[in-house]
Amino acid sequence: MNDSILQISYIIASICYIVGLKKLSHPLTAKNGNYIAALGMGLAILTTILFHRTDGHAIGNIPLILLALAIGSFLGTLAAKKVKMTAMPQMVSLFNGMGGACAALISIMEFPRINPDIIAESGMMNGLTLSILLGLVIGSVSFAGSMIAFGKLDGRINDSKISYLKIINIIGIAAIIAMIVFIMFQEEMPSMTIVYILTVLSLLYGISFVMPIGGADMPVVISLLNSFTGVAAACGGFLYNNQAMLTGGILVGSAGTILTILMCKAMNRSLMNVIIGGFGGSAAGSDEGVEKHIKEITLSDAAVLLTYSQKVYIIPGYGLAVAQAQHACHDLEILLEDKGVDVKYAIHPVAGRMPGHMNVLLAEADVPYTKLKEMEEANAEMANTDVVIVIGANDVVNPAAEEDPSSPIYGMPIIKALDAKNIIVIKRSMAKGYAAIDNNLFYHPKNRMLFGDAKNVLQKLIAEIKAM
Amino acid sequence: MEETLNFIYQYREAIFIIILSIFLGIEVISHVPAMLHTPLMSGANAIHGVVIIGSIIVLGHAHDILSLSLGFLAVILGTLNVVGGFVVTDRMLEMFNKKNKKK
Repeated sequence: MNDSILQISYIIASICYIVGLKKLSHPLTAKNGNYIAALGMGLAILTTILFHRTDGHAIGNIPLILLALAIGSFLGTLAAKKVKMTAMPQMVSLFNGMGGACAALISIMEFPRINPDIIAESGMMNGLTLSILLGLVIGSVSFAGSMIAFGKLDGRINDSKISYLKIINIIGIAAIIAMIVFIMFQEEMPSMTIVYILTVLSLLYGISFVMPIGGADMPVVISLLNSFTGVAAACGGFLYNNQAMLTGGILVGSAGTILTILMCKAMNRSLMNVIIGGFGGSAAGSDEGVEKHIKEITLSDAAVLLTYSQKVYIIPGYGLAVAQAQHACHDLEILLEDKGVDVKYAIHPVAGRMPGHMNVLLAEADVPYTKLKEMEEANAEMANTDVVIVIGANDVVNPAAEEDPSSPIYGMPIIKALDAKNIIVIKRSMAKGYAAIDNNLFYHPKNRMLFGDAKNVLQKLIAEIKAM
Repeated sequence: MEETLNFIYQYREAIFIIILSIFLGIEVISHVPAMLHTPLMSGANAIHGVVIIGSIIVLGHAHDILSLSLGFLAVILGTLNVVGGFVVTDRMLEMFNKKNKKK
């Protein structure tokens, strides 16, 4: 009876995860998808506490469980709600790490409890041992890696160009695999010491796996670690023969992997490239030493240029987020639209720090959904665009991606700002973007620089236009 | 060889679920617009918090101080993953839906 209710609830939960995930992939149904998945999770947790039986024993320590649930819910909600929108990717990484750590802890606790009868029969070479060890390793790697990714995105950890990290990574993974094989070949339950060593090794590997990868690639790494944690959860599901954990875990493992590959495609880089190389060698710099001049534009000239345009495209980048200028940007858009200018936004798939970053930012400022154009659509209209305003974006409009085979970003699809009739770039300085390379767009005759903090500049621009 | 076959037989249901889930995951994620990549990643993140169930089982059968402490910690971590994950995803999505409704 208990088991029937439990199994039914796990089936419902699995359906909720699948349907929820599917709905999350369409803009109109995404919000509901999230609720449905959450509902399924709640159901699974509740019924587990009430109806789960291990060899006839029910779940005990319920007050302790409820307390832990309460603490986790409180802290999780607090952290998730209070954090700035620009810190969203870090939060995803942080919570991913928590899941990984949970999986690892489960493995550490379950290892000594592997059924002695099974060990008597086949030694340590059995499915339980394997799933426990895999859960431990993958969970630990995911935890440590996620913490490093969090640090990098939060700006607390810098990129390290230590080249021997690659060798360390290869040695590390070999050692981990060797240890797993070693443990499984044991006839009897080994001491916990070797398990602790494996844990530490995995944690260190997680750190050295993520360390050399450039901050700009972090969203891809987080997506990969996300799928790792999914697999770790599935290992737990395998261990407990728990359908909810199995479906939820593998679903995320496979969906997460596909998502990672999709993100790589948007940057036109292979996953291998991201993991192993960072950005590879520095740019050969085909025109180093050639004198390059930039031209600036005054606020009043920019105001005139914009007001008398018919079609304007705004290309937002990370700088917009940093300056928290999305509201000022929307105000400018409204003002220009009032004056009869058609204003749209060109969103590059990896603009900002994560895919969708710009969309979320602009949505926060009440920018209508329909004004956000994806890259292909925007590029098709570039030739007819009177002015393109690049706000805090750099690599996503860098023509080197199309013109310079020696450039580290060569091949990445960009927004063809160069095709527009006029270009205004709003930046704080001539500092390089994430790819740390020069951007010839800035020196192009069609371009005018407008230096300053995005929010500041936009507000002044608005004032100028109003004063006209 | 025989051991491998036995293994597969013993865990055949789980293996079946795993294989189906892999295909399902691939199917479900096809044709996702770039702007939804991050909320989707966040939602998937919350879903793998299902690992919390394992931690509840562990804590539910813990007796000694070490198991109780580690189990307690594990449940907290799992809850952070689940609750934090869904709330963050909701925040990301809230931004989208306001627009849709207003239009």
